Amino acid sequence: MTCSDFLKELTDYLDATIDESTRLELEDHLAWCHNCYVICNTTKKTIEIYRDSQLYELPEDLRSRLQVAILSKCAGKKKRSTT
Amino acid sequence: MAEKLHPETMAVIEPKVRDAATEELALVQAAKRGEVSAFEQLVKRYDRNIFRIAQHITQNREDAEDVTQDAFLKAYENLEQFQGNSKFYTWLVRIAVNESLMKLRRRRTDRTVSLDEDIKTEEDTMPREVADWSPNPEQLYKQGELKEILRKTVQGLPASFRTVFVLRDVEGLSTEETAEALNLSIPAVKSRLLRARLQLRERLNKYFRKAKGDGKK
Repeated sequence: MTCSDFLKELTDYLDATIDESTRLELEDHLAWCHNCYVICNTTKKTIEIYRDSQLYELPEDLRSRLQVAILSKCAGKKKRSTT
Repeated sequence: MAEKLHPETMAVIEPKVRDAATEELALVQAAKRGEVSAFEQLVKRYDRNIFRIAQHITQNREDAEDVTQDAFLKAYENLEQFQGNSKFYTWLVRIAVNESLMKLRRRRTDRTVSLDEDIKTEEDTMPREVADWSPNPEQLYKQGELKEILRKTVQGLPASFRTVFVLRDVEGLSTEETAEALNLSIPAVKSRLLRARLQLRERLNKYFRKAKGDGKK
């Protein structure tokens, strides 16, 4: 397996959606290829950091305002459609 | 590797998943009959996710607020078109993504924004720099600094890569759900996801790489 072959399978490997024999081939490659080992680990870390970072949380005051706006518009639509 | 669940545990979990899906479908049916309170439950269930997705795609808070309102309103108006073949959430995400892309197009009149283009960039799949990172790179920065780095970095991705990344890796949709929400094929989702992940990794190198001398025994 070449490094290029490894990269093609990286997403499925990280998502654990590959068959057993491909997984073993990839892990065999990782055992001797330091570059792919580093790329694999740092890509995994990239995903974890973004997953845990809560970059764009919705503040409670804004959340309440949005909910009121959405539901009043929906109620308005309902009223118009029933009259 | 994920541990296999005992059959007895699965027997407890599976009905719960089915119950949640049934409960959600009941809310959608009630909302279709005009019960705004049922739709309110759906808004409360998903408004945080929709806001996050919208802000990731538009990179603008006011636009994300507008998208959140417009997406729910559009969903409410078009509930009759929701056939229940997919999850309500996937259908809602599809509406929110379309609204977000429209906002982007309006703001960036100088260039088109599309999920269809399969952008080839200089930073394609082959990594240019292979540097190992510090053991806990997120601890190298204060929380605010780290968020700024992550925002700037994800903002630099093309919209088509950013959208796939946020649905799959931030929101946790499956590849199939992401493909359905974005009207893309599964290979197209996988290709964009790989390139998004590798480009983010490459761009984060300069912040997280090990300092010289780290790790020496």
